[in-house]
Amino acid sequence: MLDDMDRRILRHWQADAGLSPGELAERTGISAGKVARRIVRMQEAGIVEGVGAVVDWAALGYAVEVSLRITLDKTQGNAFDAFLEAARKVAEVIEIQTFLGRVDVRLSIIARDMSHYQAIYRGDILTLPHIADIEALMHVARIKSDEALPL
Amino acid sequence: MISLDAIDHKLIRSLARDATQSAGALGRHLGLSQPATWRRIKRLEEAGILRGKRLRLNREALGFGVTVFLGVKLATKGSVSLEDFERAVSAIPEVQTVEHVLGLYDYRLRVVARDLADFERVLRRRIMTLPGAGAVEANVLLSEERLPGPLGL
Repeated sequence: MLDDMDRRILRHWQADAGLSPGELAERTGISAGKVARRIVRMQEAGIVEGVGAVVDWAALGYAVEVSLRITLDKTQGNAFDAFLEAARKVAEVIEIQTFLGRVDVRLSIIARDMSHYQAIYRGDILTLPHIADIEALMHVARIKSDEALPL
Repeated sequence: MISLDAIDHKLIRSLARDATQSAGALGRHLGLSQPATWRRIKRLEEAGILRGKRLRLNREALGFGVTVFLGVKLATKGSVSLEDFERAVSAIPEVQTVEHVLGLYDYRLRVVARDLADFERVLRRRIMTLPGAGAVEANVLLSEERLPGPLGL
């Protein structure tokens, strides 16, 4: 479905998502008209979903980020749905992932400091339904975060 | 840290969704003039709150059917340099993110692959052979959602 030209455009665009179609044309050596048409086609095919600004929560005063790896009590038929619905309502939860493996769900939680984290953990997380076990991983540093695909 | 009002929060949320909107279009939604909106965006960028842009691609549509999160424990701390491990793991194209964490594991990696066979190849040839890599735990991603976070509350 994609050819080499599409891949070349995506590789450059991924490396710098702020590039305009004109700048992409310049970097890839493909004509501006062609770049624009191919971008529209990839958007229509659902390959390109959009360009979003990256928010730095630490710069917003949220210095603490914790990954909570949660095992659910699966003897409860609706454990996943009930847990996810309640977790979405916690404002400090910025990411929810579900897995096949040793853990069922992972929540990314941000907090201003450790006492704020403690308050969220006790007040909003431990009260979520159907939790069997929780493990916490505290983020120290992001070494690589571009999330680029190997195209 | 700079102080933010409700309009800044709306602006951040809106740009996180779609960073291609012009200052004029954003301003019309927020009841601001184009220059006033532009100044607010500049200020958020200078404070490091808006840290660049990211292209969102549909992984499945591009043939990456499998995303796996790996928890990696270093085998013997002290004898391997963290920098060597970090440099080597960051250079693997299939590794999308590398986070240094405290807890059960030392590093958390996000790895994409075309399918499980492709993932096994990456795991055996690239991850297991990293300098210092010890125990590895894998969890296959089934679903993922990103939420707007504590803005405008």
